[in-house]
Amino acid sequence: MSGHSTFQPQNPVLKWFESRLPILGLAHSSFIAYPTPRNLNYWWTFGGILAFMLVVQILTGVVLAMHYTPHVSMAFDSVELIMRDVNYGWLLRYMHANGASMFFIAVYIHIFRGMYYGSYKEPREVLWILGVIIFLLMMATAFMGYVLPWGQMSLWGATVITNLFSAIPIVGEAVTTWLWGGFSVDNPTLNRFFSLHYLLPFMIAGVVGLHIWALHVPGNNNPTGVPVKSNSDTVPFSPYYTVKDGFAVVCFAIFFAWFLFYIPNYLGHADNYIHANPLKTPAHIVPEWYFLPFYAILRAIPSKLGGVLAMFGAIAVLFILPWLDRSPVRSATYRPLYRQFFWVLVAVAIGLGYIGSKPPEGMYVVVGRILTAYYFIHFLVILPLLSAFEKPRPLPASITESVLGSGGGTAVPSGAAAAPERQG
Amino acid sequence: MTQGLAIALKAAAISLMTLAITPAFAAEGHQPERESWTFAGPFGHFDKGQLQRGFKVYKEVCSSCHALSLISFRNLAEEGGPGFSEAQARVIAQDYKVQDGPDDSGQMFERTAKLSDRFPSPFPNDEAARAANGGALPPDFSLLAKARSYESGFPWFILDALTQYQEQGPDYIHAIITGYRQPPAGVEGKPGLHYNVAFPGNWIAMPPPISDGQVEYTDGTPQTVDQYSRDVASFMMWAAEPHLEARKRIGFEAIVFLIGLALLLFFTKRRVWSNVEH
Repeated sequence: MSGHSTFQPQNPVLKWFESRLPILGLAHSSFIAYPTPRNLNYWWTFGGILAFMLVVQILTGVVLAMHYTPHVSMAFDSVELIMRDVNYGWLLRYMHANGASMFFIAVYIHIFRGMYYGSYKEPREVLWILGVIIFLLMMATAFMGYVLPWGQMSLWGATVITNLFSAIPIVGEAVTTWLWGGFSVDNPTLNRFFSLHYLLPFMIAGVVGLHIWALHVPGNNNPTGVPVKSNSDTVPFSPYYTVKDGFAVVCFAIFFAWFLFYIPNYLGHADNYIHANPLKTPAHIVPEWYFLPFYAILRAIPSKLGGVLAMFGAIAVLFILPWLDRSPVRSATYRPLYRQFFWVLVAVAIGLGYIGSKPPEGMYVVVGRILTAYYFIHFLVILPLLSAFEKPRPLPASITESVLGSGGGTAVPSGAAAAPERQG
Repeated sequence: MTQGLAIALKAAAISLMTLAITPAFAAEGHQPERESWTFAGPFGHFDKGQLQRGFKVYKEVCSSCHALSLISFRNLAEEGGPGFSEAQARVIAQDYKVQDGPDDSGQMFERTAKLSDRFPSPFPNDEAARAANGGALPPDFSLLAKARSYESGFPWFILDALTQYQEQGPDYIHAIITGYRQPPAGVEGKPGLHYNVAFPGNWIAMPPPISDGQVEYTDGTPQTVDQYSRDVASFMMWAAEPHLEARKRIGFEAIVFLIGLALLLFFTKRRVWSNVEH
């Protein structure tokens, strides 16, 4: 993309290095000079927050792995050793466990932001698909991580979820046995989950790299959905968005700290402080909160295979979202009907989460089925129809016009950007 | 027309949500009362006297059936705990025998416990514990205060996040110890089980574990079952979360620091953006 400035090192060592591996120039053009729409709101800071959370999870996780023992007879006690005797082990473990929840809170906001502002639309389809892949990797990582403390919910959650694969016709049983490394969730399962739980975050980091690359080719979407047309529409990423993202990350860290220090077990389940016991099933097996909407969809379908297909379908439908929504207008700000359906979808997702936390009986089953049906209708029926029938509001001519009004105004940002250090 | 459809769908979704939220309190047991605990809230801390009393109750009553296998004697003298001195903890340990070995001749032997030893369990294994207790396994006390809970239902589960209410475990323990009653008229007794209003299903294998005046308190605290249960529940909360005080103290410092940093960043951000309409 056209930049505000390019990286030209004066230092001879840097010059020598840059001519051989232009990595500093890459970092400079990606995170300093990178032209960013001037009108991004705080919903756009969740990308930076997610990068921060990934780093938190990897750092705490690497240290936890130094003290953890992946064996069915020792895992539970090794986690308690971390909680009691490792210096600040309680801090690391609560940070990692609550960090997973914070990661999902941020990713759900990030996904819904993309939906609201049509960030999945041309030319950002690949960017969106990479994001859905990251979401899937996150779910796998979080699921396997929850098994590691080897409490009752670890064992029984793992049993329920891995059993889903037995719904595959013909080879289902064989696949499940292969996943378990035995005939039930046992030591081989715990070992491989630990191994994969350590591997997947680095795969996430790799796909995040692709995600950022795919972002920097077309550049950011923005709240108007109108593409960048001139330099006056953008500001350089640094200092404008480094400081704005930094502020948002610290605010998010305060929210995180509330859970971490004051209610560290609020998002967990008391049963996971009981050692796993293959002979005793807990009264209600519930997954972690961030899986509850998908768990509700799984249980809404009366057939096992159907439920599994619906659950995976609920994520698969996100992959084709860019081709389901045909409206040329990106931002919901200019789509009066889509905006309402968007908020209904948010409410339905929260409702599915609530149903997922309840036993599958009585009204919960009926409501779960209706909400599940609506979830798919939103993507497969409402979105394609809306683009045909909806009459969008007029779009601003440019980002600059939407910010300054049609009177125009001066192209301040590009001028200001030339010497940001001399402002104010 | 499409507008009308959208509104109708939205209304339907909202009414469904309300339906879904209506709690189904098929309460199996009596909901435990919310008690007041010294360790609740952002500045929560353990009452050392209470932890020492709770330990006394555990030692004289509960420990004949319930293990405390994750706690070492040294923990009794550590920061944020019952506040015994190291010498006192050593004296407490001397009351216990632990198995050690093998020695040079290959024999296991018994010796007096040291500070570094864990509390010995009352039974050699779970099977022996079941055999001695009519088939029921008395749970280990080390984590019980975090391993027991009860559902508060909507809207409490949201309010609890805001008010930091995390003491469902101790509430439940207090409710169980004080929850023994005669079965209601018409309900037939069950052999080997005891009627308890707080226990899910109401029939618990543990007989009423303690009675008024059973444990002597030397500090003038009332010697009632209610007081014993509060003291032992607090002791169990410490056993389950020995770094609770440090966690809350560091949390307060961390949040004050983060708020300060957020303010600095906010004003920096305002300054940086001051000449850009956005």
